[in-house]
Amino acid sequence: MWRRIRALIVKELLALWKDRKTRYVLIAPPIIQMILFANAATYEVTGVALGVWNEDRAHLSAELLHRFEDSAAFKRVANFEDPAAVAAAISAEQVKAVLHIGPTFSADVLAGRPATIQLLLDGRRSNTALIVQGYAAEIVDGFNRERLMAAGIGSGVALENRAWFNPNFESKWFILPGLTVILTTVASLLITALSVARERELGTFEQLLVTPLRPMEILIGKTAPGLIVGFVEANVIAAIAVYGYGVPFIGQILLFHAAITIFVLSAIGIGLVISSIAKTQQQSILGVFLFLSPAIILSGFATPIANMPRWSQLITYVDPIRYMLVVARGVFLQDISWALALDQLAAMAAIAAVTLSYATWLFRRKLQ
Amino acid sequence: MSVVAISPARLLGLLRKEFLQIVRDPSSILIALVMPIVLLLLNGYGISLDARDVPFGVVDENRTVESAGLYQSFANSPYFKPRLFQDSHAAEAALLRRDIDGYLVLRGDFSRRLSGGNQPVQIAIVVNGVDANNARIVTGYAEGAVAIWAAGRLAERGTRFHPAVSVENRYWFNPELRSANFIVPGLIALIMTMIGALLTALVVAREWERGTMEAIMVSPATKTEIVLGKLLAYFVLGMASLAVSVGLGIFLFQVPFRGSFGALILISAVFLLVSLAMGLLISTTARNQFVAAQAAFLTTFMPTMILSGLLFDIESMPGWVQGVTRLIAARYYVSSLQTLFLAGTVWPVLLPSLGALALFAAVFLGLALRRTRRSLE
Repeated sequence: MWRRIRALIVKELLALWKDRKTRYVLIAPPIIQMILFANAATYEVTGVALGVWNEDRAHLSAELLHRFEDSAAFKRVANFEDPAAVAAAISAEQVKAVLHIGPTFSADVLAGRPATIQLLLDGRRSNTALIVQGYAAEIVDGFNRERLMAAGIGSGVALENRAWFNPNFESKWFILPGLTVILTTVASLLITALSVARERELGTFEQLLVTPLRPMEILIGKTAPGLIVGFVEANVIAAIAVYGYGVPFIGQILLFHAAITIFVLSAIGIGLVISSIAKTQQQSILGVFLFLSPAIILSGFATPIANMPRWSQLITYVDPIRYMLVVARGVFLQDISWALALDQLAAMAAIAAVTLSYATWLFRRKLQ
Repeated sequence: MSVVAISPARLLGLLRKEFLQIVRDPSSILIALVMPIVLLLLNGYGISLDARDVPFGVVDENRTVESAGLYQSFANSPYFKPRLFQDSHAAEAALLRRDIDGYLVLRGDFSRRLSGGNQPVQIAIVVNGVDANNARIVTGYAEGAVAIWAAGRLAERGTRFHPAVSVENRYWFNPELRSANFIVPGLIALIMTMIGALLTALVVAREWERGTMEAIMVSPATKTEIVLGKLLAYFVLGMASLAVSVGLGIFLFQVPFRGSFGALILISAVFLLVSLAMGLLISTTARNQFVAAQAAFLTTFMPTMILSGLLFDIESMPGWVQGVTRLIAARYYVSSLQTLFLAGTVWPVLLPSLGALALFAAVFLGLALRRTRRSLE
């Protein structure tokens, strides 16, 4: 039995490898994407084009503005005299934010009256606006603290921040382990979903059926290439993350390998179900797309699941990527223990078991 | 190279053939009409960076009125759902289990040092940095909650309240900073990219694979006519998906539409041409559906998600990556859609994008035509 399965696996891998374009599509894009996206996917915002509308001529406003200019987050690119110019510049996207300081600012601060400055932000990019607003608040806090200290009034509290596992809030450390998982998913899912559909469409599937191979053996043979390619790809991409981008990998490699294996199996199970239901390659591909794009967006890859509405949070429980992301980030950054990873592994194993057995059932029924 | 002469009669015939094919094969209709609905519904609610009710621990080793007051300040904040811990070990374990995103430690001598001396009291804030962005946002919120509490205490104790400068944030075009207002236009761009490329990439790749492409060749239709026939048919289908997506965005997601529909249709039409031509190029180069599917996914979905400004700020990327984003057509479409939906028909923003898209359309169409012609000869 194993000899037959091995022969089938070799045949499947050869079918993938022998076609120059297929080979190219499996190797080059993940690496190119890794290099490109690693640099692009950052939540750090730097050099925000800031416009200034300062109606206050006294020194305090200049002092505050200096703080904005000294920060890497902002770049002062324009000065305004009137609201019409501000409005024009914001809508034309010449500035992302405008700081408005009223005419009585310095006088208010010196006289001990509350002073308010306005930050006008372009809400078209609300993600960026949120981050920029945080930077501005930090700068103004610093200004306030210094003035309180100068007046001899401490706020009484000194804050000390520590971010565990990623002390400098590096976006790359967060994105790259996630990207490893996503690129692996795309490759293994597509390979599996398309191989069955392709053979059926080309009629070579019937040829496979008249061989001595039993349906179960065919299924195993169809599962193996996706598993092998997914596993190798995950390791290559993880290596790029670690050696190319300096993302720490402090966890156990064995846990990573175990998790990737279970995870790829669950992706393969989904791919097999899609290809068993689909009648043509095209329908398979559509199925893969319809599954992949929400699965990636809802997985917590780019935005936290906790921020999603409750009903979409519920959907994420059947998304294997969700669990693999936790384990991947865990082994890269925090040396997660087997005990802590157990829930995630169990959930992925459950998804794998359900989808693989459903695929087997569909497969058997179609053969009869 | 053959002379490009187009016969309207033959083109019409080809169009009829394409439409019959579309009507009889459910997969193109599935791509064009069902996909936008499913994708918008599932994804429209999925992307949000504004944290609410963050699970946050307060380690209170002090257990006095002061420390309870600080806890209360977290409980009152809309950003936090605080949980009380007796000691930092328990909080640490909860952080590792991801039950809480971070915690703050009030030592046993917190209230004594607070009332005692001139030395400021140390408060440690620990956050789980695995999700760097979330960690930074949560840290900011926590500092804000502590600052509010500290200001309240100063005022209570009757210290001549030293007024602090406060920032009033105003978000133009999206005053409540609704995530949907920002995400839905971007998602429509994502969907249009995928639909355009998928329609031509898959459908045409299948024709190559099945050999039906060669079958049309023996007809008197010229190569240009064949390509144009396909493009036109899928163009109509693609515009239908635009109508579905925009309709859902406006009526279901309640995203305001402040621009003009004329500008929307113009820019979308040019963008659709780009993605259709791209799909055609992919399919002619790939010739088989597996490679075409991989290529379509890799050149549409992922770059649009990461390089178009849909999620990540382009201006903050390194210079060379910014250069690469200029080659991503979706970048111009995302920015145009966000402007059209939220700001209005702002030509200074739209015109450069329209120009870039037109250039893309010309280049990709030219390449696709040449490539198809060559492979047919």
